[in-house]
Amino acid sequence: MLSSEILYKIILILAVFAVTLVVAMWSTYAERKVAAVLQDRLGPNRAGPFGILQPMADGLKMFMKEEFIPGQADKQLFVLGPCLAMLTALMTGVVIPWGGDLTIGGHAYKLQITDINIGILYLLGVVSVGVYGIMIGGWSSNNKYSLIGALRASSQMISYEIAMGLALISLIMMTGTLSLGEIVGQQDAGFANIVYQPLGFLIFLICAFAETNRAPFDLPETESELIGGYHTEYSSMKLGFFLFAEYINMFISSALIATLYFGGYNFPFQHSLGLDGNMLSMLQTFVFFCKVFFFIFFYMWVRWTLPRFRYDQLMNLGWKVLIPLAILNLFITGIVLGFRNGFFI
Amino acid sequence: MQLTNRSKQVADTKMTWLERIYLPGIFKGMMITLSHAFKKAPTIQYPEQKRPIAPLYRGQHVLKRDDAGAERCTACGLCAVACPAEAITMVAEERAKGDEKLYREEKYASSYEINMLRCIFCGLCEEACPKEAIFLTDRIVPSTFQRRDFIYGKDKLVEKMDQRIDVSLRQTNNLAEFKKNTSFAHNKTS
Repeated sequence: MLSSEILYKIILILAVFAVTLVVAMWSTYAERKVAAVLQDRLGPNRAGPFGILQPMADGLKMFMKEEFIPGQADKQLFVLGPCLAMLTALMTGVVIPWGGDLTIGGHAYKLQITDINIGILYLLGVVSVGVYGIMIGGWSSNNKYSLIGALRASSQMISYEIAMGLALISLIMMTGTLSLGEIVGQQDAGFANIVYQPLGFLIFLICAFAETNRAPFDLPETESELIGGYHTEYSSMKLGFFLFAEYINMFISSALIATLYFGGYNFPFQHSLGLDGNMLSMLQTFVFFCKVFFFIFFYMWVRWTLPRFRYDQLMNLGWKVLIPLAILNLFITGIVLGFRNGFFI
Repeated sequence: MQLTNRSKQVADTKMTWLERIYLPGIFKGMMITLSHAFKKAPTIQYPEQKRPIAPLYRGQHVLKRDDAGAERCTACGLCAVACPAEAITMVAEERAKGDEKLYREEKYASSYEINMLRCIFCGLCEEACPKEAIFLTDRIVPSTFQRRDFIYGKDKLVEKMDQRIDVSLRQTNNLAEFKKNTSFAHNKTS
């Protein structure tokens, strides 16, 4: 039994790894296609039907490019930067519940690599480490644009992590658990958390945009002012890793938004369909991915709608708006929970 | 003065609360971008699809030969004078004995160059030409990397006898009438 469990975990890890990479790969294609559709253009349509093979061509191009390391750069750190960005991006996928239980041979297997009881803390921790990749990459490039980009990335992430953490604390107060599996389970029994935490969701969403360095918070890599920011000096697949890490982060944060606020893999009336366990799990996974893809689309949709924030506006929004709002949300949640649990009576 | 109704009065007033929280504005903007998702892209997929051009499109010039294959141009220089962009240069030369099959008149252009980067494709050269020698065609001047490649000499301008270029659409009624007048030497068929 134990060996089958280990085998199952290995398979699941590989599957999640592959799915993450594939989704990130085709997100680059989707990004360009969505941009095109929103701007009355056609987008990539030459490589394969509807340009569906474009990510392959892009990847091949990245591999074929000259691998250049600037003379003044710190070689070890220069290589470490993209590695770290990629590593932390891929590490976040392990705690996300991808679907219900699969029953194989009378034994139920969870579609979640590990349901640790501090799942949210783990995620926040790994995401915080993610900024090191950008910081190290920007610093070791020995280029002022890269350095400014790296500085912006780190200060932006630190500022928005506070608001994000506070928004999550309200959610944790409500659910009473840090495990993502349990949070999803609770949303199966009741309503999705968005119903109870609309303000928290909004804060979390805005912070997720900032955490993944996506427009309108893409200040670390502003093409127009910093020429790519922290990855100005990067070329070849090292640049590819940075860009790829961004798309993986986008996928994971979409999955996280769906998990925390939109019921994860649950969907309305799922138990009244009369499906058996495995079929229901498959359907749940499908629904979960639909939610995730919607949020990936939402990310792109926002990117091609909103202009970039100015740096002082970014800081104002983070410190003067989102953090007070998150604290207010915390208070409201506390008071409501107090009433519900009878503290004030 | 108000010319159209599209201009908007800009005011430097303080933003209202709704404007300051941005969210309604963001929502409005996102609806605008989303509405564009359902519009048809105006793209023309170039190598497969081509944009229709007018039958009288003014593109790359041709120096016509007559039916016997002799060059019509007599290097009078009227086209160069008429050219507002000063794109045309030519060198005139007397026709040598035995070249009557090659050149129609006693004088011909030993060199005839049009700088396609200067040319504005206005068609005044063909209007000025008394010999019906130069015409604009519906061919598009291809792009190259070097400026010197845009200076088209006789090798590119004079039409080849095996690939004659039809310019009948560009010949006006006046011109057709004029061609019938055989009191002019060049209207006689040689």
